[in-house]
Amino acid sequence: MQIDILTFGIARDICGGSRIRVDVPDDTTAEALKQHLAEQFPRLSGLASFLLAVNEEFAADNSLIRPGDEVAIIPPVSGG
Amino acid sequence: MNLFLKLSDTPLDIQSCIREVESPSCGGIDVFIGTVRDATQGKRVLRLEFEAYESMALKEMRRIAEEAFERWPVQSFSMHHRTGVLTVGEVAVIIAVSAAHRAAAFDACRFAIDTLKQSVPIWKKEVFEDGEVWVAAHP
Repeated sequence: MQIDILTFGIARDICGGSRIRVDVPDDTTAEALKQHLAEQFPRLSGLASFLLAVNEEFAADNSLIRPGDEVAIIPPVSGG
Repeated sequence: MNLFLKLSDTPLDIQSCIREVESPSCGGIDVFIGTVRDATQGKRVLRLEFEAYESMALKEMRRIAEEAFERWPVQSFSMHHRTGVLTVGEVAVIIAVSAAHRAAAFDACRFAIDTLKQSVPIWKKEVFEDGEVWVAAHP
């Protein structure tokens, strides 16, 4: 399945766009998607942290990604 | 729960944030104002650029407010955060918390800014004379 992923901050710089599309097997977990992204964009692994959000919630590693989910890469936050 | 949240790409208004939490039954209002500092580790900062994953940021801000109401006898809570380009001295964040007695207002306000910095999906880039860096991105 194809997943559109939102990127922010340094993750957008690393991935080269504010929205990227990746092709992953059905029933991919958040952890597997992170591995896929880290292989495609190795600099993500160098960040202090690199989390995924699914439908605007921080995703646990074992949560399943479903077609149509809103997925985002969350690099280390620095608000305030 | 009296709860006010705002993300704005235009200058924040300190008085309006405070007004949101005023009430006759509160005996204290604690306010935190985060501003743009002119230097980081000795390097002159020209500006900060903030961006937010807005829909999720508002959800996380609400979560912080709800936890503050659970943990302390808070009457009203307001959190405003800027996005966009800010120059030195500009206000990046305002948190105002009111309570019947000051201890709850102080504690909840400190909790709110500390937690915001850990969990709300907002990012800032520091722009120096000779380069720029996404804050906290690398270990």
